[in-house]
Amino acid sequence: MTNAIEVHALAKSFGRTKALDGLDLTVRTGEVHAFLGPNGAGKTTTIRILLGLLRKDGGTASLLGGDPWRDAAALHARLGYVPGDVTLWPNLTGGEIIDLLGRLRGHPPDAQRKQALIERFALDPAKKARAYSKGNRQKVALIAALASDAELLILDEPTSGLDPLMEAVFRDCVGDERRRGRTVLLSSHILAEAEALADRVTIIRDGRTAETGTLAQLRHLTRISVDAELAGPVSLGNLAGLHAVHMDGPRLHCEADPAALNDLLRCLTETGVVTLTCRPPTLEELFLRLYSSERPTARATG
Amino acid sequence: MTLHTPGHAGLAGTAVITRLALRRDRIMLPAWVYLITAGLASTAYTFRKLYPTAAARAAFAVTGGGNPALRFLYGRLYGSSTGALTAWRYGIWAAIFGALMTIFIVIRHTRAEEEAGRQELLGSAVVGRQAALTAGLLAAATANLALIVLLCLALPLTGLPAAGSVALALAIAASGLAFAGVAAVAAQLASGARGARGLAFGVLGAAFVLRAIGDSAGPGGPAWLSWASPLGWVELTRPFGGPRWWVLALFLGLAAAGTGVAYALAARRDYGAGLLPDRPGRPAASRWLRGPLGLAWRLQRGTLGGWAGGVACVFAVSGAAAKGIGSLLGSSTALRDEFTRLGGQTAITSAYLAALIGLAGLAAAGYATAAVVQLRAAETGGLAEPLLATAAGRLRWGLSQLAVAVAGATVLLAVAGLAAGLGYGLRTGTGTGTGTGAAGPQAARLLGAALAQLPAAAVVAAAAMALVGLWPGGAVAGAWTVLGAVVAIDLFGQALGLSHWLLDVSPFTHAPRLPGGPVSAAPLLWLTVAAVALGAVGLAALRRRDLG
Repeated sequence: MTNAIEVHALAKSFGRTKALDGLDLTVRTGEVHAFLGPNGAGKTTTIRILLGLLRKDGGTASLLGGDPWRDAAALHARLGYVPGDVTLWPNLTGGEIIDLLGRLRGHPPDAQRKQALIERFALDPAKKARAYSKGNRQKVALIAALASDAELLILDEPTSGLDPLMEAVFRDCVGDERRRGRTVLLSSHILAEAEALADRVTIIRDGRTAETGTLAQLRHLTRISVDAELAGPVSLGNLAGLHAVHMDGPRLHCEADPAALNDLLRCLTETGVVTLTCRPPTLEELFLRLYSSERPTARATG
Repeated sequence: MTLHTPGHAGLAGTAVITRLALRRDRIMLPAWVYLITAGLASTAYTFRKLYPTAAARAAFAVTGGGNPALRFLYGRLYGSSTGALTAWRYGIWAAIFGALMTIFIVIRHTRAEEEAGRQELLGSAVVGRQAALTAGLLAAATANLALIVLLCLALPLTGLPAAGSVALALAIAASGLAFAGVAAVAAQLASGARGARGLAFGVLGAAFVLRAIGDSAGPGGPAWLSWASPLGWVELTRPFGGPRWWVLALFLGLAAAGTGVAYALAARRDYGAGLLPDRPGRPAASRWLRGPLGLAWRLQRGTLGGWAGGVACVFAVSGAAAKGIGSLLGSSTALRDEFTRLGGQTAITSAYLAALIGLAGLAAAGYATAAVVQLRAAETGGLAEPLLATAAGRLRWGLSQLAVAVAGATVLLAVAGLAAGLGYGLRTGTGTGTGTGAAGPQAARLLGAALAQLPAAAVVAAAAMALVGLWPGGAVAGAWTVLGAVVAIDLFGQALGLSHWLLDVSPFTHAPRLPGGPVSAAPLLWLTVAAVALGAVGLAALRRRDLG
């Protein structure tokens, strides 16, 4: 068994709305997998099907080798979950909720580990949940999930509401979990988070998988951003594979297909380069391309 | 509206928010107003029918108005007209329901909105910081105004004099406004909606107790305590006994004082903060909080404690009132002959106690319904998701809540039976020749009678469970409709002459009428079977459907 999550051609409709329309997702055991998509793309619906809260209409889904609907309770003992919109019992304290969720999972959290996480996230566990801010509610759910010995962590937009300091703590924690061999499915629309943490990425749109692969593989498909200051004006007229070319005297900005990079650089060095920055696209740019005007048909690599 | 002028910057947007509030309350608010009016009108109608002559009413007034237990429950009786009897029997209770309605409305549109964070969204628009408070108060005022209009139309139609009807309507609505002021202050003091409602209900409870002690005090007792309570003012207005219109000014004074304090506090405090500190809780869970059952109990125990306290008070006093009930009912000559033929004092008392135990059954069913629909609230509120993402299955989750609901109903029935038995037994135990024993045996007898209502209450709870499983979208409304229908059939079915077929729909029709009535095992068994079947259907459906 090598894949923690295997989803194929998953379909789910709510009335006439198609939330999922043939979604594929494979999460290998031991990897941090980012699950990206804009709001309403179907991330949360997929996760709810994986948790056995919703019943799929079509396709196959397997979670830790079991059926997420039929074996829900048994599988849940092996996973930790942080919902996208954390709601807590208002009259219970954060500490009580962390203990409760651990016990419900069947493995009460190790007291030391719990305490360490509480200190790391700077949470006051004696406060009633009603008095917590959104960020603090998020911390309670995160600590409850991280303190468990679960094989798989399913985190639905886990950092929404956390301040940058806590986001950094969260990243460290996910790094620790990966080192301990745990599998993490990280749903997000914050691309920097996925870039910093993920081994592989699945991007979905309108209930379908748009792209999936390692970041390197996805970047291979994408243009490289080039900024250069040159010794003089340059003519790029006959070069293929360049986009968004913008020239301002000796300054050049353009986006190049990876195949066009060689020709471009040769052309630039002929003119004389003062400064040059080439960088791979951020997921932000990837995203903009995928979801803006071009609307490519679904494709998959890796 | 001219609230958008710069001089009222704190009130900017009030008109829009008030309209929003009234729109959100478009079902709840008319329902409250209608039920309060219907209660008063039907009380007037019943008195007119049962005591048609002045002599019968006068006799009733002597026994009823003189019974300390009844004075504790209903207040003082001024006069013996149908209007006076109606105002006595239901006036203070109508004011209590009106106050509850008002407290719910005010807290719902102020502190609850703030807690949910919705007010933040509105507050970022052109909305002044006093706008939500003003909107909540305006919505409450609208509800009480509607109550005045409806009461002034309905009461004269039942034959009550116009002036008295207007006085009673004004007293009830004005007490509502006074509690709007109380709720407005509570919304500033507490840091959550639950705490704010608790504070306001506490004031309402204190008002009831003050006037109850004042009203039931004998000669030389602290009768003045009634004047210390807004609920006491309702009866002291004397709507049908030569109205004291000036008492209405007391209500308005309290309303104005509360509102003023609330505005002053609202202008000084931070958004989302209360003035009373939130006590810290346990940093770790106790041993008991370890599964869905422990959680369900933990979430429900405070509510159950409140219900149990209320039930204990009401049933102890009502049980104590049973002692004089024979002479009270007997003052209607038709009833006196009927009951004398049926076996005299004891039988009348038994009939009263059986009716009381029946009410305990309905209260238990109401509690259990509220507890079961919490499942649906947890589902829509996002609380089911973290729970069901653990090893706790849906079956355990649903069953735990159902178990806590039925166990709570059992506790309430036991408390009601014991309290009524003690109340009755302690008053009759001194030996008044009624032929019944002292507190201990009476408590045991009524405890048994009350527990015999459990299967019927469990059927109502299980019906709610079935609805939660089969029809999630309409489960909450459906469950309350079922309860409402059961209550209506049980309380008014016989009197309205409904067909047997319809009466048989309510499980309480099949529950034994105890004490005094015959007991057979078959109906209890069938009710238990029905409860188990409905609960099983609901749980099975809950396992099969989508959640959320």
